[in-house]
Amino acid sequence: MAFSSLNEFFAMGGHAVYVWAAWGVTALLMLVIVWHARQERRQLLHTVKRRVRREHAQRQSSPHAQPLQEPVTSAQKDVHHDA
Amino acid sequence: MWAFINKLRSPKWFYAISAKLQPFFWVAATLLLLVGTVWGLVFAPADYQQGNSFRIIYVHVPAAFLAQSIFVSMAVSGLVFMVWKIKVADMAATVMAPLGAAMTFVALFSGAVWGVPTWGTWWMWDARLTSMLILLFLYLGVIALRGAFSSRDSGSRAASVLAMVGVINIPIIKYSVDWWYTLHQPATFTITGRAAMTMDMWAPLLIMVLGFYSFFIALTLMRTRSEILRREANKRWVRELAEETN
Repeated sequence: MAFSSLNEFFAMGGHAVYVWAAWGVTALLMLVIVWHARQERRQLLHTVKRRVRREHAQRQSSPHAQPLQEPVTSAQKDVHHDA
Repeated sequence: MWAFINKLRSPKWFYAISAKLQPFFWVAATLLLLVGTVWGLVFAPADYQQGNSFRIIYVHVPAAFLAQSIFVSMAVSGLVFMVWKIKVADMAATVMAPLGAAMTFVALFSGAVWGVPTWGTWWMWDARLTSMLILLFLYLGVIALRGAFSSRDSGSRAASVLAMVGVINIPIIKYSVDWWYTLHQPATFTITGRAAMTMDMWAPLLIMVLGFYSFFIALTLMRTRSEILRREANKRWVRELAEETN
């Protein structure tokens, strides 16, 4: 171990500002990236599911209607704006 | 070979196979990054010249490696998309760009922070620093270009071309420290030659580099799958899959 106490570890031999700034920003950014990826996936599944349900409901209320075939719009290109 | 390429054409196949691969890379990334962090921050000895500020190397070098590798991967994906019209390749290229930009930012930021105690300046128009800044702008350009078209296919092709052209910057970054040696030192870390560093400083760096690469693979698999859900939202298998999840 390169340090003899916890205080010494945090002080980083006088370089605390530099070491913790570099490590902190890196760690934070990577955590945010993972969090965002999880949110993105959850949201996308949710949006598709909601659309399927909505179409089922529409089909049941008017059984002779054509199955809804929505054109791909810019809103669907980025589905998470839709939520 | 052709059978393999034809399979790759199917986003559904990729979605299934990536689900199996993904956990291994997440576990590897987590373990490697944890071990590398503790080893690098706590157990590695302080540098005899730089003291403890040298510990920035453990985020700086892996981030800089990734920044460049991701750009090459993105360019290769662009090529595969252009030549074989494989949509999954374009989806992968789409999700690689923001991570590459983030890693370039981490490399530049940690380098600037490291420069203050080591060089006495956080920035200089040194060849390595400047070419890395250009890499950041290239990433931002690829992201912006992709979004600048009303048709997705035009955006994909434009982004692929910019990535393939921009890849010329990668050898420039690599050799900048040898061609114009002003501020940034030449490579300290190599896979084979360990002469520039002692073993107890080199080993945690290797672990961090592997951890960052695993992170890249895991995240790219995960976000490419999301991109499949986004683009294939009207396909029956995606709709069935969405209904099964809660």
